[in-house]
Amino acid sequence: MKFSDILIVGGGPAGMSAALAAADEGVRITIMDRWDELGGQLIKQTHRFFGSEKEHAGTRGIEIVKILREDIAKNPLIEVKCNTDVLGIYSDRVIAYEEDRLYHRMTADKIIICTGAAEKMLQFENNDLPGVYGAGAVQTLMNVYGIQPGQKVLMIGAGNIGLIVTYQLLQAGVDVAAIVEAAPVIGGYKVHASKVRRLGVPIYTKTTVKTALGDKYVTGAVLADVDDKFEIIPGTEREIEVDTICLSVGLAPLGELISQAGAEIRYIPQLGGFIPKRSESMETSAPGIYVAGDVSCIEEATAAMIEGSIAGLSAAIATGMNRPEAIEKRDEYIEELRVLRSGNTGKKIRDGLAML
Amino acid sequence: MLEKTGIATKEMFEKMLPSAERRKRGPYVVIECYEQIPCNPCVTSCAAHAVTMKDINDLPKCNHDVCTGCTLCVSICPGLACFVIDETVGNGKIKITLPYEMSPLPEKGNVVDALGRDGSVVGKAEVVRVNSGKKLDRTSVITVLVDDDLIYDVRSIAVR
Ligand SMILES: Cc1cc2nc3c(=O)[nH]c(=O)nc-3n(C[C@H](O)[C@H](O)[C@H](O)COP(=O)(O)OP(=O)(O)OC[C@H]3O[C@@H](n4cnc5c(N)ncnc54)[C@H](O)[C@@H]3O)c2cc1C
Ligand code: SF4
Ligand code: SF4
Repeated sequence: MKFSDILIVGGGPAGMSAALAAADEGVRITIMDRWDELGGQLIKQTHRFFGSEKEHAGTRGIEIVKILREDIAKNPLIEVKCNTDVLGIYSDRVIAYEEDRLYHRMTADKIIICTGAAEKMLQFENNDLPGVYGAGAVQTLMNVYGIQPGQKVLMIGAGNIGLIVTYQLLQAGVDVAAIVEAAPVIGGYKVHASKVRRLGVPIYTKTTVKTALGDKYVTGAVLADVDDKFEIIPGTEREIEVDTICLSVGLAPLGELISQAGAEIRYIPQLGGFIPKRSESMETSAPGIYVAGDVSCIEEATAAMIEGSIAGLSAAIATGMNRPEAIEKRDEYIEELRVLRSGNTGKKIRDGLAML
Repeated sequence: MLEKTGIATKEMFEKMLPSAERRKRGPYVVIECYEQIPCNPCVTSCAAHAVTMKDINDLPKCNHDVCTGCTLCVSICPGLACFVIDETVGNGKIKITLPYEMSPLPEKGNVVDALGRDGSVVGKAEVVRVNSGKKLDRTSVITVLVDDDLIYDVRSIAVR
């Protein structure tokens, strides 16, 4: 059976950083991704990233991917398998995967799971009409395939993703009628909110979508005000004419493989839902199984890359490559992550991690 | 206001302005980044070291005695929150340099709609400079001439 020192599942920013950090310590790595190229969420992020310049902030997501991919391609210790779906991880560390439609198995000394997250759905009448999209799908259509999802969009959710995808829709020449947000305040960064406001998109807080209108496809929506308990206030309903409703109401970690590997999972709403319990070195309660990125806590790419580096180094160290420099480097990343989360925006994450 | 509407108030903006004396001396940056977020390219990109932060979550702080108004940060800031204002033009006009990522790009000499913070048309803007070099990586830096009483209002343009 095929063997690798470390297997990394998922080739987003977390997985790619993990691969590079571990390969630096001289271990052999296999990285698998079900998509046809490495990059994860970054391949559709045409905007400049916020975050730490050390983790490429100020650079566009699509450019960050190029930098990481080049470093990986240059490294002979990293084997890349795209179009490869990891199906199962068993307790004896046998990994089952599908590559080019064929079923294979392999083993690895350590496994790092970086499978990212899936978009959440929202309950409302007619939410199965064609024209109701997730924000990720809209981003993929526009920025990977160059297709406009519609002509006039209603965006649900004023978190960073809702704000940024709105901005990208405007860049693609699509009209955005409004952004609605059930919470009393805008959840995303205010710099991103100001950016879409000055291009004429209104943001309605304490508002939700009640119904999607249309017979065969979306032709409009009914909006309504909500109270402090997020209940619709009767009599506040009004119609808005749109042909697309774009949902950006949060992400949920894709943690199935982690559960299957036998690691303990807890429900921590602040971190995005079902989250693996793990140590500071990103090892789960299942020995030899590490996690990094959105699958371990919904955050952003800077954090995903630092966590990836920590997990990569930890896994490499655990295979026996425990040079003092490697341990020192890992401690530096752990400190960097602590500083990143030490501000106001990191409070939710800190609270969540304290519960873990 | 900002947290409900995405629009910074006039008072918030005025707090970001340098001293009256510095304003008379030449172009200066206004960093309209009012919320503590983990972000720092404005600090690391400034060759003059005018912008500082205690740590990555701090608000950017600009030393306007050092800022040369070079506009480097205008294109690099991912929040599109850095603007350079020049009040030394005279004739009741000022220059505002802003980041622009829409297409089509305006051309030098075009007179376009000046957009306010909510996207409404607040006046006319004459495009006096368009910098869209490769180094800027598709965030063009556009300088427009507008009436000086629009110093708080104008934050974008519409090229139709
Ligand atoms: C619209 C939008 C804007 C954003 N803007 C910013 C920003 O400005 N700054 C910032 O820092 N962050 C931003 N983020 C967040 C950032 O993109 C994510 O936090 C980051 O991509 C998470 O990285 P990851 O590696 O954990 O997961 P992902 O990038 O999601 O990668 C996971 C990978 O795993 C693969 N995979 C999953 N399951 C399997 C399996 N079973 N087998 C094989 N492969 C599998 C997937 O194909 C995918 O490639 C944004 C996100 C979105 C959606
Ligand atoms: S305008 Fe130039 S000198 Fe002033 S803060 Fe920006 S980068 Fe620094
Ligand atoms: S780079 Fe822009 S968004 Fe980031 S902290 Fe500086 S001013 Fe704010």
